Amino acid sequence: MFTIEHVLQPETLEEAYQALHANISNTVLGGCAFLRLGSKKIGTAIDLSELKLDYIVEQGKEIKIGAMTTFRTIETHPTFHQLFNGVLPKSVTNIIGVQFRNVVTVGATVYSKYGFSDLLTALLALDTEVELYKGGRLPLEEFLQKSFPKDILTQLFIQKNARKASYQSMRNSLSDYPILTIAVSELNQSWRIVVGARPLRAQLAAQASEALSNSKLTIEDIEQAASLAVEELSFGSNIRGSAEYRKAMCKVLVKRGIMEVLQCK
Amino acid sequence: MQIETTINGKKITLEVANDELLSDALRTKGYLSIRQGCDTSCCGLCTVWIDGKPTLSCSTLAFRVKGKQITTIEGVQPQAEEFAQVLVAEGAEQCGFCSPGFIMTVLAMKHELKNPTEQEIIHYLTGNLCRCTGYMGQLRAIKKYLGGA
Repeated sequence: MFTIEHVLQPETLEEAYQALHANISNTVLGGCAFLRLGSKKIGTAIDLSELKLDYIVEQGKEIKIGAMTTFRTIETHPTFHQLFNGVLPKSVTNIIGVQFRNVVTVGATVYSKYGFSDLLTALLALDTEVELYKGGRLPLEEFLQKSFPKDILTQLFIQKNARKASYQSMRNSLSDYPILTIAVSELNQSWRIVVGARPLRAQLAAQASEALSNSKLTIEDIEQAASLAVEELSFGSNIRGSAEYRKAMCKVLVKRGIMEVLQCK
Repeated sequence: MQIETTINGKKITLEVANDELLSDALRTKGYLSIRQGCDTSCCGLCTVWIDGKPTLSCSTLAFRVKGKQITTIEGVQPQAEEFAQVLVAEGAEQCGFCSPGFIMTVLAMKHELKNPTEQEIIHYLTGNLCRCTGYMGQLRAIKKYLGGA
């Protein structure tokens, strides 16, 4: 169990940011479900609850998701059932239980770049950007690839377009952490294949995506893209599965994801 | 720190440690229906409602319920008893340890879902792992309770 020496419930993001940088042990709290599994000693716990970051707002051609929005809100929000073939609700719907999803937050899973994150995999297959308080707005892909100074993730932006998407995951039991997560999407013949829980964090299979985008989408093309994804990404072993098993499953799930997107209307 | 919150409709001032979890704070205050069956946020036994939403009290820091409405099974006795009667009639009464969390989830589902399918019921209750009398008897009872049997 983690410990907390002081609690700060800031009224402004600037106050939160200053507190975050005041001491190396100061930590921004998300839902705390993962944090409680460890034994971190937190100097000042920065709780963003007062900053009204729990929202989903449609604004023009994009949707904004506040950092403190819970997974359950993503799961039940009508807009996300209509867009992208429901890929976002599908990605979170099997994470433990309703009570858990009412606790965990979007900001924590994205900022922490958790390898096991189902949601991160689905978000990366969409046109998603993150907003950091000081770092500003940048593509999710760039945020995941690079290191940044400590910052506060305030919200996500998702382009509201006609992207078709599919989410696939492999689990030992329905509500367990995933062994592997796959999200595939297509917009104007441009494909994105994302693989997460490798067990490393979600990553775009760039070569496989490009090959598929330039193909005629025959069954051979699809199988070749799935093989390319396995070749270009790295896979590791942990308690849930070996690297070899993940590679074998990756090929199957990527193929399944592409086939599903082709069926999407 | 001191926080003001509402538990089962009653305004209460709680003295909580910075890192105290809501489940511990509630038990200290005498709400002994709150149990913990795991230490990994998975079992669902500690389920309470926060502003009407079923939530894991074992994963919620107590200070965060400042100004919120907490409901434990002590606050919904008539509904809990009604459902418990149906459970017993279907032979699905349990040893009792996990019943409060399970019943709180079932009652929350009744509020949240309209005419749920069997699949939706199963999905909503996935977060309650502890079921010593078996899942089928409980499913029969829930369907009967919701009027779908």
